Amino acid sequence: MGINLNVNGTSHELDIEDDVPLLWVLRDELKLTGTKFGCGIGSCGACTVHLNGAAVRSCQIPVSAVSGQPITTIEGLGAGTLTALQRAWIEHQVPQCGYCQSGMIMAVSALLARNPAPTEEDLAAAVTNICRCGTYPRIRAAVSALGKPAGDAA
Amino acid sequence: MITRRRMLLGTTGVAGALVVGYALWPDDRLARADGLAAQPGERFLATWIKIAGDGLVTVMIPHCEMGTGTSTALAQMAAEELDADWSRVRAQIAPADALFANGALAEGFLFESKNLTLSSIPAFLRGTAADATGAIARYMDLQTTGGSPAVRMTGVYGIRISAAAARELLVRAAAARVGASRGSFHTAMSRVIHTSGQSFGFGELAAEAANHRPSAHPPLKARNAYTLVGASLARFDIPAKVNGATIYGIDVSPPDLCYAAIRIAPATGGKLRSVDEASAAQMRGVRRIVRLDDAVVVVADRFWRAQKALDALRPTFDAGKKAAVFSAALRARQVSALGGKESTTTDLTVGRGVDALGSHVIERLYHVPYLAHAAMEPVNATALFRPPRGLEVWGGSQDALAARAFCAEVAGMPMSQVIFHQLPSGGAFGRRLPGSWNFFEYAVRAAMAVPGTPVKLIFTREEDIQHDYYRPAVTSRFRGSLSTDGRPRVWVNDYTTVDSADTEAHIIYGVPHQAYRAVKIASPVPTGSWRSIESSWHGFFVESFVDELAHEARRDPLEYRRALLAHKPRHLAALNLAADKAGWAAPLDAGVGRGIALVECFGTIVAQVAEVEVAKLGSVRVRRITCAADCGAVVNPDGFRAQVEGGIIFGLSAALYGAITLEHGAVVQRNFPDYPVIRLADCPDIDVHIIESDGTMGGAGEVGVPPVAPAVVNAIFAATGVRLRELPVVNAEIARG
Repeated sequence: MGINLNVNGTSHELDIEDDVPLLWVLRDELKLTGTKFGCGIGSCGACTVHLNGAAVRSCQIPVSAVSGQPITTIEGLGAGTLTALQRAWIEHQVPQCGYCQSGMIMAVSALLARNPAPTEEDLAAAVTNICRCGTYPRIRAAVSALGKPAGDAA
Repeated sequence: MITRRRMLLGTTGVAGALVVGYALWPDDRLARADGLAAQPGERFLATWIKIAGDGLVTVMIPHCEMGTGTSTALAQMAAEELDADWSRVRAQIAPADALFANGALAEGFLFESKNLTLSSIPAFLRGTAADATGAIARYMDLQTTGGSPAVRMTGVYGIRISAAAARELLVRAAAARVGASRGSFHTAMSRVIHTSGQSFGFGELAAEAANHRPSAHPPLKARNAYTLVGASLARFDIPAKVNGATIYGIDVSPPDLCYAAIRIAPATGGKLRSVDEASAAQMRGVRRIVRLDDAVVVVADRFWRAQKALDALRPTFDAGKKAAVFSAALRARQVSALGGKESTTTDLTVGRGVDALGSHVIERLYHVPYLAHAAMEPVNATALFRPPRGLEVWGGSQDALAARAFCAEVAGMPMSQVIFHQLPSGGAFGRRLPGSWNFFEYAVRAAMAVPGTPVKLIFTREEDIQHDYYRPAVTSRFRGSLSTDGRPRVWVNDYTTVDSADTEAHIIYGVPHQAYRAVKIASPVPTGSWRSIESSWHGFFVESFVDELAHEARRDPLEYRRALLAHKPRHLAALNLAADKAGWAAPLDAGVGRGIALVECFGTIVAQVAEVEVAKLGSVRVRRITCAADCGAVVNPDGFRAQVEGGIIFGLSAALYGAITLEHGAVVQRNFPDYPVIRLADCPDIDVHIIESDGTMGGAGEVGVPPVAPAVVNAIFAATGVRLRELPVVNAEIARG
């Protein structure tokens, strides 16, 4: 009857319907509101979280399909401290309204985990999230700076 | 006892000689402000600036934070005049109370500038004013964030002066303590320092300083003495936006919160006909089904349950009186109206105007479609109705004070019984301005159906796109003729308008004979302010037509514009810088072209060069946008650059893809797949170059938008010889030969 959900290392037993999208479980049941509702059809990426380390759009995943599997949200990224990626976001003053940025950061961090120095093309192919404020140039700059070896001043 | 004294608020300007005589200022205002927003140990100084006993300076921000960095920029301006230690300065969004409206500030300090004129007030507010005096008085009694007002108006005419007055009070307090003259002190790093070396922290002096009366004429720093203004300081709001901590309107969670999903009649003016209530009422979590005149709302304990029940209701709607409305027919009506004698809101003639048109007339027709805002946070609001105690509303608004008044009106109660909590917005772009508040209205109505329970009403993306207040569809017709030297001699422009005279159509170029006519045609769907407002369409029209005239005259489009700007050195400088940085004259491959455009709006002059590649089959890729912007002085250069970059991308989404179309009176588009916007893969490289000049401070948020569309369309022409006169680009056939 209940669904077991493993989010940010914590296990939750939830009395909810099988078909509720993961997004709404995170937001309304667990109050993890860093994950955002943007389009509800898997198009914009504002709801991006990690499932087994891969970026997924949580508005398209029925909660029953991910029972017991490790899920990470923006709140669980970096375990209490900011990751290098999040620090780069501050350094490059990336966010404007900030609403899409949780999803952006989750999408980019999943990419960097498998490809630490992505080209602009890699980035554009992997990160299809929408930002209406137009922070894309700064996202590129932040990711490019992260991809450079430490000590590379260029 | 409340004492009152008369304050003189005045400004003289050109065009309409703006002089405001005002006002009665109750002396208890500061005390009341203390009670509303000060914490124990803090004192309010100079209306909007708060200095705590520990020296922490808090600047109250009467605007919303929707991504533009307003709070940080205004705090910079305050800290500069205060000589505050930047690490001890914070910003706080002001309560939705008249004490923190711009009016409270206007009542407290002399309002003085030779540059503030009616034309520097945002156009959408200008329309509400009976005269110049009325315009400024109304403007100052709002908490509006629209028309790029925050830094250039609130900051320049308000917060900066408040801060300087506060600094003066602190010096006065120190002087009284030591028994020395005020002139023997200076301020630095949040300390008041005597020539002897003895010094006091701002915090130590705050309580004593508050006993003195603030000056209406505090001395202001000279621009060349600035150390904080002009620096790219990091924004206050960014750290909480990289870890999911920021609470937007959609994230609020008062105790016992319920959720509401809504379906609104697809056609404007349509009515709710039927709902299958029996099938939804028994579903899990459903609390209430609320039938409204034009919509149905389900209140449930979870948003997903509310949505599922809404689907189960299978609501049907009457199409309403607008059922016959189609975009194509509307466009045809606009075109025919321009040729006819329909009512006009304005006629302006320069020189001999239309009578100067000769026998060789160059005539062109342009059209832009309706556009939705599609901010990332779908519109939403949370309301708690507790009669007789009142109403509490949480949400993101571009005018918190007016939102409070609006919600009071919907609930039929006095404003004093309504609390409005202003929250950060996940984008707005004009969608959350007064007049565009269906989401507040529906949320309050839903809450009134379940008294005592807070209700968060969220539009789905589909409802958000289909029930927006759209950038209007507009048609513009030009007729021009050239002198023998190729320069335009006559410029005649007729355009449709929903309600305003659109002075944004008026050109900056030197043309001896000009005529403008705005033809009023009501819109069948609601319209509202969309980032850069009228300049979003007139920028495209004017800068396309001037490019066409350059081609007719067989001149380079850059050279052609230069020759018409001899009397406009700042415009010329922006144009030259953009062209220079873009490498205007450098050779390009076949199928690649450059286009240029120049638009002044909200006090900032922006030139852009687009470099565009058109594939054999006609697909368009914008490779690069080079931008030069003269905003007078800039408070936070990196923040300004971010706004202009964002404006360019916002404008580019519209230019390439944006179109809201109507069929049977309803909006066709539903979500991002059929209302596409720029993503990383199609975002060009963007370079923004700031020009600092002695001009009045201009806006940042909107000014990047207008030049993009014409620059891109002009570049497509340069690449292919195909001239697009209708947006978006994606709808056009551009195969190059």
